[in-house]
Amino acid sequence: MIVQRQRPPRKNPLQRTAAPLQPPARRSRAAQGLTRAAAQGQFALHTCQACQAVSYPPRDACPKCLSENLIVAPVPNGGTILSVTTIQISGEPYFRRLVPARQALIALDCGPTIVAEVRPDCAAGIRVRASLQLDKAGQPVIYARPEHGDANSDSDPHWRELVADPLHRRCLITDGRNPVALPLAKALLAAGAAKVVVGISERWKPFAEAAKLEALGSVELVDLDLADDQSVSALASDYGAKTDILLHTALHLRPGSVFSGAELLKARDAMEVSYFGALRLAHHFGPVMRSRGADRDNSAAAWVNLLSIFAHLSWPGFAAYSATQAASLSFSQALRAEMRGSGVRVLDVFTGPMEIDWLEHLPPPKVQPSAVANEIVAALKGGEEERWVGDVAKDFRERFTANPKEIERDLWQQ
Amino acid sequence: MPLSRNGNRQPYNDIYAVAPVSLTYQRYSTQPAQWWIGAALRGLVAASGIPHTAYDGLSLASFTLGPDPAIAMTQHFGMTTRWIDSMAMGGASGIASIRRAARALEAGDVDIVACIAADTNYTDTFRQLLAGFSRFSQDAVYPHGAGGANASFAHLTNAYMDRFGVTREDFGRICVAQRQNALRNPRAIMKKPMSLDDYLGARPIVDPLGLFDCVMPVAGAEAFLLMRGETMRTHGLTGARLLSSIERHNAFPDDPVQYRGGWALDVDELYGMAGVSPDDVDVVQTYDDYPVIVMMQFEDLGFCPKGESARFVSDNDLTIDGSFPHNTTGGQLSAGQAGAAGGHLGIVETIRQVTGSAGTTQVEGARLGLASGFGMINYDRGLASGAVLFGGEGI
Repeated sequence: MIVQRQRPPRKNPLQRTAAPLQPPARRSRAAQGLTRAAAQGQFALHTCQACQAVSYPPRDACPKCLSENLIVAPVPNGGTILSVTTIQISGEPYFRRLVPARQALIALDCGPTIVAEVRPDCAAGIRVRASLQLDKAGQPVIYARPEHGDANSDSDPHWRELVADPLHRRCLITDGRNPVALPLAKALLAAGAAKVVVGISERWKPFAEAAKLEALGSVELVDLDLADDQSVSALASDYGAKTDILLHTALHLRPGSVFSGAELLKARDAMEVSYFGALRLAHHFGPVMRSRGADRDNSAAAWVNLLSIFAHLSWPGFAAYSATQAASLSFSQALRAEMRGSGVRVLDVFTGPMEIDWLEHLPPPKVQPSAVANEIVAALKGGEEERWVGDVAKDFRERFTANPKEIERDLWQQ
Repeated sequence: MPLSRNGNRQPYNDIYAVAPVSLTYQRYSTQPAQWWIGAALRGLVAASGIPHTAYDGLSLASFTLGPDPAIAMTQHFGMTTRWIDSMAMGGASGIASIRRAARALEAGDVDIVACIAADTNYTDTFRQLLAGFSRFSQDAVYPHGAGGANASFAHLTNAYMDRFGVTREDFGRICVAQRQNALRNPRAIMKKPMSLDDYLGARPIVDPLGLFDCVMPVAGAEAFLLMRGETMRTHGLTGARLLSSIERHNAFPDDPVQYRGGWALDVDELYGMAGVSPDDVDVVQTYDDYPVIVMMQFEDLGFCPKGESARFVSDNDLTIDGSFPHNTTGGQLSAGQAGAAGGHLGIVETIRQVTGSAGTTQVEGARLGLASGFGMINYDRGLASGAVLFGGEGI
């Protein structure tokens, strides 16, 4: 029986806030092939397309047949521990703060021997499951836990370094009017979030879900107009240092054509909320979150940008909206670069059209807001940097990666 | 004793190592590697009487020489050489440098080769060395706890203990004997006596390794000259005759965890080429960055069967005057590890031992000496292994 980690005590204000430290961040180009897999929560290693041999550490040719055709492809993640050790002393300041660290040599079923950080209940000879994770430097590492037993590794502080679990964390949802907000607040609280603050713009306007949100308990509705710098600044002065996970959910979805005179106005409105709104949030919340990235169990942990798949390719009939999404994706990349070294994960969540009023005319499959909410929480708990939610999004990812022109033409038909 | 032919290898023809030089190590140095190379050259000149301008070959090993390559040392120290080698095999560099230089000497490509290993140790050098040790290490080992070589050897030690039922006490006997030897070596960095209890009670570093299983990184240099016998005699010098050598890289790649090194593949050639057997060896210098690798060498170099090192260690006295004189300087474990010079330490001591010039650490009557090298934990195991046999007068 695993007891859930207790909520950390209130912070002693006289105590120094631990400054973020970086684990060793150097990697080869080949190793960056694992970064994408880690970002997406996949376990994938270099696999030879000529002889199928799986190789690790990352190489530039297959050690069996010398083919250069190595693809990072999903592989079975089971293995057996050959040796476990406890590192008591490390020369790296980041690990000196965290020791003891458990490290194992593991023979993977798919072939290679790997070195991994392992959960403390791992011992020589046992079966384990390995996962690729991004560490606090944003670089790929491998973590392993016993194949049997608790699937949750939260009790291991080394695991908590690799994920952005909402447990005991204070969250801010920036646009409560997004249909995702209610299920997202629910999912965060179900995952143990200490508090969910939900920003509502123009509160005099009817907002049917306010009562439902408040009924969840531990939810606080606050004024937040992303289009207004003073509004964002005011909220940050109260909540900036108390926001551990910021979830930017701005949704401003209006159909429109680039030939329409009204499109310019729509684009301005949409940009004000989505992209400029993100910039305002970054300005007022970013620096304090960055400085709190190693504030132990109370640390700032993640910034989530809820994006559309049409950030990658303009959606016919939704020109302005698509542009805001493309701009927001660019913002997300900029934010990730600014947050580097802080330990604050920047998570992009891409969805296809959701099951909402504005998209009533679209045929299924559409993604339910509750599914988006649950996957955001799952991605945070898994320490991911990128998640594609729903069948349409996954279909888009595959086809867009293979041939963007094919899917561009196909969208014309819809 | 005549050299025997082994396979297709040519015996070494009248090749000698002379002028053994060991600089006194420093825990931290304010001087760069280039300074230590200069000091080693001065030592060679003092020991041989041959001016450095007469050395037409240079074989260099260093982790901390950057950005300089070996060739830069010719201009730095005013040498005009016709042969240069740069050894990047860690603790096997010394063995490899002898092998390369000996054949070049036999061919007449070069007449006098200065074999030098030198490394500095600034206050943060060692961490930086570990962080960028190799691509595989940087990508796949170091980010997982940054335990460095300690963590890699902890796994080898774990697996070896499990496989052969070896205990910490068994490893401790090696370390304690070497400390006793170190107390007779004025250059050794460790100057305090150490008991088995001290060893067992030491601060844990990376389980099961404790403080005294790990070498102390230091700054220092080791050096010697390699030349043909005729050159040596012309200069009125004496030296250690090169009898045989072996070298192997990435041996037994399919062993899940390393429990043997490349020596096991080549050991028959080592003794066959010299026409001797392990029993004939008077003094042994193994590569000892961790005691587990010493045990592997005892087995792989034929001093005891595989897996029986623990018994071998308890049946023998490994001190200078003991039944099996081993790492007579105290080895790296007690003398310190001066970077790449760690692999030269045993070679230089072997030259001194078989020429009767080891002074306070001299094994009485030593004529046949073995020095071994091991290096480069590129990922999960040491890749390089090698060994040489040197003979003194009458061998």
